[in-house]
Amino acid sequence: MITVEQRTEFRKHFRYNVGRRLVLDKIVKCMVFVCVLVAIVPLIAILVNVFSNGASALSWEFLTQVPGAVGSDDPGGIGPAIQGTLVLIGLSSLIGVPVGVMGGIFLSEYGNNRYGRTVRFFNDVLAEFPTIVIGVFTFVLIVLTFGDFSVWAGSFALSIIMLPIIMRTTEESLKLVPVTYREAGYALGIRRWKVVFTIVLSSARSGLITGILLSVARIAGETAPLVFTILGSSQFIQDFSGPVDALPLRIWRLSSLPYDSAVAQGWGGAFILIIIVLSINIGVRYLFLHKKGQTLIKFKKLGSIS
Amino acid sequence: MMETMTKVPLKDNSTEDIKYKLIAENISASYDGIVTVKNVSMKFRDRAVTALIGPSGCGKTTFLRCLNRMHELTKNATLTGKVLLDGEDLYSNKVDPIINRRKIGMVFQKPNPFPTMSIYDNVACGLKLNGVKDKKIIDEVVEGCLKMASLWNEVKGDLKKPGMSLSGGQQQRLCIARALAIQPEVLLMDEPASALDPIATQKIEEMIQELKKEYTIIIVTHNMQQATRVSDYTGFMYLGDLVEFGETKQIFENPRNEITAKYVQGQFG
Repeated sequence: MITVEQRTEFRKHFRYNVGRRLVLDKIVKCMVFVCVLVAIVPLIAILVNVFSNGASALSWEFLTQVPGAVGSDDPGGIGPAIQGTLVLIGLSSLIGVPVGVMGGIFLSEYGNNRYGRTVRFFNDVLAEFPTIVIGVFTFVLIVLTFGDFSVWAGSFALSIIMLPIIMRTTEESLKLVPVTYREAGYALGIRRWKVVFTIVLSSARSGLITGILLSVARIAGETAPLVFTILGSSQFIQDFSGPVDALPLRIWRLSSLPYDSAVAQGWGGAFILIIIVLSINIGVRYLFLHKKGQTLIKFKKLGSIS
Repeated sequence: MMETMTKVPLKDNSTEDIKYKLIAENISASYDGIVTVKNVSMKFRDRAVTALIGPSGCGKTTFLRCLNRMHELTKNATLTGKVLLDGEDLYSNKVDPIINRRKIGMVFQKPNPFPTMSIYDNVACGLKLNGVKDKKIIDEVVEGCLKMASLWNEVKGDLKKPGMSLSGGQQQRLCIARALAIQPEVLLMDEPASALDPIATQKIEEMIQELKKEYTIIIVTHNMQQATRVSDYTGFMYLGDLVEFGETKQIFENPRNEITAKYVQGQFG
């Protein structure tokens, strides 16, 4: 038992130096604000810089035309690169998102064993792989096998980059869903996979979508693996098994040319890339997160399979 | 004795033999190597309320979770014994645990409505996810269950609102409606009123009295007054053992066991 004297003594220990502690509190608060500024300033600086340098190149022709001859008076546009990037993002997501989400579900719901731990480990290794290595791998596996650079090869490489990011964020966000929701589902006699796909997945959708968007943003800006897989092109896509252009590649090529107009176009391309990533981000978030009381997957589709 | 008999409404007439809906035989359960339920056998009468009382950590909740095979979902859980529902062993290999969970509803200690679903969907989801498609039937069941859980009058105007927008007591009644929607025959309640204020508790207790006419109800409670108010039979558990089991009146007024007597008199808890 603590005696009355001891308690008085303890109180002294808890109540000394109040002034100094208030000052410390203020200092920490200031430091936090300064750190936020340090993080935000470069972001704004990049946006301003990209826009001010690229604005001069922006025009309808720039967005829709094929590139002109290097160094000629008509610089043309980056139409094929925009098209290529959109197609690549779409196709890689089509491969990467379902596989990644399923993998994440496996790790979170069924991966509490040695097999799961192994998968998790290699998934983390894959996430830290240099993307150029993935490019070379795809080059050997797909480009050499089928004999040409292609949209398929590019999407394959990009989806491999997406996979570990989506898997890990899916796993983490599913694990955050309290076990009580799952139990409530089980107690209703709902089968395990259905509990996962309706109740758990929809409770975790915010984290899930953040992960997917993160991976989309990541692949939208990837350059190195594209060099080995899609090569680049100055034409719109004719068929999916030939070379295509993509914004990061085009930006890289334009900015290394010794012409001011080309460099300005490079900045313009960078600006467009940022806009694309930003609008996908905002669009997807609006679509999936702004409707309250809705589940990610509709019951109707799942109800028929018992 | 006669008084308790009349308190229990019998199905047809008093000459009929007592019907046991659920019979637990020699249930022992553990998780993480800790044995929490030791060889407990109990018979639960049809259309009656059975209360499980006992101090914290005595195995009430674990035992309750054994009755609808929820215990095996816990990590490192083991279980031996039999649970017979209408004479059929839930733990037999031939029986699908999921089908049986549809016969045995469960209400949890903390209200846990599905966070992304509306009030309507929370109640309807057990039906929808178990393959019921007829919108008319679902509408009727949702309304009926919300009425049984005495929540209908409070929410009938905003069925589309998220389930989480309700107050704690309303959320718990929503969870009860959700459990009732799959039309179970047995209802397990794990301290359903422990997180609620007296008025919400009273509503739930009144509802239990109403539900008793159709269901076999087993309720875990910390609150001894609640056990005397709602239950027909009471089982007292202590350190994993079922110390005494009998009619509620007898357990509280005339306990045969010394520990039971001390517990119901509030000498420890």
